[in-house]
Amino acid sequence: MKARKMRKIINLLSIFFLAISIFSLSLYAQKNYCIECHQELEDELLAPVETFEKDIHQQFGLSCADCHGGNPAEEDIDLAKDKSFKGSPKRSQIPEFCASCHSDSSYMRRFNPSIRVDQLDIYWTSEHGQLLKKGDTKVALCTDCHAAHGIQTSTHPKSWTFPWNIPQTCSRCHSDKDYMKDYKIPTKQWDDYKESVHAHALFEKKDLSAPVCNDCHGNHGATPPEITSIAFVCRQCHPSAGELFSQSPHKEVYDEMGISECEACHGNHKILPPSDEMLGTGEKAVCIQCHEPDSEPYQIASQMKEKLDAFIKKIRHAENLLEQADRQGVEVSEPKFRLTEANTILIMVRNLTHSLSLVEIEEKIEEGKKVVAEVTSAGEAALREAKFRKKGLIIATCFIFLLSIALFLKIKQITKKTPYKSA
Amino acid sequence: MKNILQSIYSYLDSRFMLSGLIQFAKKKKVPEHKHSFWYYFGGICLFLFILQVLTGILLLLYYSPSVNSAHESIIFIMSQVKFGWLMRSVHSWSANILIAAIFIHMFSSFFLKAYRSPRELTWITGFFLLLVFLAFGFSGYLLPWNELSFFATRVGTDIAGTLPLIGKHIKTFILGGTDVTGATISRFFWLHIGILPLLTVMILGIHVLLVQTLGMSKPIGIPENKVKEVPFFPNFILKDSLGWMLMLAIIGVLCVFFPWEIGQKADPFAATPIGIKPEWYFCFMFSTLKIIPAHIFSIEGEMIALFGFMIGGLLWMLVPFLDRNAAKERRSPFFSVMGWIVLLYIVVMTAVTYLLPGL
Repeated sequence: MKARKMRKIINLLSIFFLAISIFSLSLYAQKNYCIECHQELEDELLAPVETFEKDIHQQFGLSCADCHGGNPAEEDIDLAKDKSFKGSPKRSQIPEFCASCHSDSSYMRRFNPSIRVDQLDIYWTSEHGQLLKKGDTKVALCTDCHAAHGIQTSTHPKSWTFPWNIPQTCSRCHSDKDYMKDYKIPTKQWDDYKESVHAHALFEKKDLSAPVCNDCHGNHGATPPEITSIAFVCRQCHPSAGELFSQSPHKEVYDEMGISECEACHGNHKILPPSDEMLGTGEKAVCIQCHEPDSEPYQIASQMKEKLDAFIKKIRHAENLLEQADRQGVEVSEPKFRLTEANTILIMVRNLTHSLSLVEIEEKIEEGKKVVAEVTSAGEAALREAKFRKKGLIIATCFIFLLSIALFLKIKQITKKTPYKSA
Repeated sequence: MKNILQSIYSYLDSRFMLSGLIQFAKKKKVPEHKHSFWYYFGGICLFLFILQVLTGILLLLYYSPSVNSAHESIIFIMSQVKFGWLMRSVHSWSANILIAAIFIHMFSSFFLKAYRSPRELTWITGFFLLLVFLAFGFSGYLLPWNELSFFATRVGTDIAGTLPLIGKHIKTFILGGTDVTGATISRFFWLHIGILPLLTVMILGIHVLLVQTLGMSKPIGIPENKVKEVPFFPNFILKDSLGWMLMLAIIGVLCVFFPWEIGQKADPFAATPIGIKPEWYFCFMFSTLKIIPAHIFSIEGEMIALFGFMIGGLLWMLVPFLDRNAAKERRSPFFSVMGWIVLLYIVVMTAVTYLLPGL
């Protein structure tokens, strides 16, 4: 009986010690001494540990040793830095350092079969890559745009390469006058872009399709865009304006003179919301940048502006009538809806100015004028209706008032005769 | 000519006993005293109800009760139909003024203790009429199928759904499903133009008959020498007509300067607009439900509030039987104070809905 009890106790103790041993071993195996040691360090030696937790590589199960080599299981620093240890690459080596995995399609397929593996090749074609080859290590490298540790995919809103972060990412270098002084290129692109219609769409409306730096300049192959390529970039979102421009007399002349298409009138980084003032011969008109007064194009520009202004005036008049009628309580939702058609035509007319065809513009305006005439007529009818209602109310109220006076007098006459009940 | 009229009268008299009615009208007297002003609200309610029927019938000519056409038909009535705007605005404004007039009529009858014997049934039928007209308001509010009415109906029926055991079934029955849909608009329409008018005619018939046969009550404590007895016809009728004329003029001004709005068409997939609230006459209940704690003694707060309103309504209806002093022609200050508390509660909680929308 005693021996049985003893056996039981020994068995239980064995199981307990075995469990403790397995647990300790598992803890030992999981320990990453790179992180353990760097956690105790400061500044740039601590930074990798702090940011690596949210790094996409960490999320895919990669660790320090996968990039830097060495043996993370070794507690001793000398033993940890074994033959495989690569350490931190020099700045000039960073593109190849990253590409050792990112250009290896069979390796990358394990993590993301659809990811591109030609970034390094494209990078060497970029202005940054070209300068790096010449030994300039100030240029942008992988880590300057993607970070060294704490790298996130470009679809992550906090990533440096997420659309609404890209302008700031580029501006870290390109807006730094001291940093850029050797390159003799402007440094106010970011300030200009912030005022643009595209920045408004991106930052205010959170429209991720709004163009940022890389949409015109490229990303890994970033270069100043060619004159012709700018127009193709703009056409990706503004195909209609591009098509009309291609049919216009400007196209041939611009190509001959080497003027970029859209940029000539709309600018580049500071593309402001287009206004009607840009057309015609006024102070803010872009036409007068090239065309002399009394020239034929100058006259056409002036006529286009006049016709556009007249059409807008008619639309505003119709709008005003409907607003007045609405304020006076007349139901005008249908003509208001019809007026949106006129506003659509106005947008089309504005777009047609890219074709420089006065005939086409006139035709479209005539189409719009018919709609505006209908709306104006509906607005006038609504205002007449409002007047009619008020007149009707005055007549009806007078009638009711007279009837009430007659009733009051009659009531007064008959109530005089009624005595109080005696107590 | 005189002979022809006389023979027509005789023909009708022999069939409808008109002379009896005329004799009754000639003999009928109405007490007149310092509180007589409040009597006229009953007549105003009747007048507004007649306006509701007339304008409602005209609106029926063009209104189409379906999800795809309800809102469009209202736009058509307001913009295309000759005097359609007037019909709809009169219908909507007079509906709201009618409910206000019913509340005034009810509270004035309460404070003048007009419910006391033998007029208990007049009070009870009046109470039922209030419920019927609140149902008119609730069902009619959805019919234009606009954003506000859609979500207010959803919120309102959600509240009914919180009742234990039967809540979900009641909600499904009212909505014709689990949400406000085409089935709901169809049900609300038939309720609004079929069932409720039928109920109104029946209850209102009894109410008016009781008022005519029992006469109007004299307030307790007014000395006899301060009371006149004026003939119902023509004196009282003429004064009533004066009130009706005044009401008609007010409605006319409101319709011309503030035509009832149409609103945006309801979009069932849109998020509930911020600050959604029911029609003003339900606001006191709405505010109560908003401010009541989620749980009281581990019972759901909303449920407690709903039961509170139901019990409160029942007690209010049974006041003629509870107020024993008034039944014995004695003053009953306790009930007067309770009445003032109820009135103050309704006014304050309604004001809270509008003044503190974020509560």
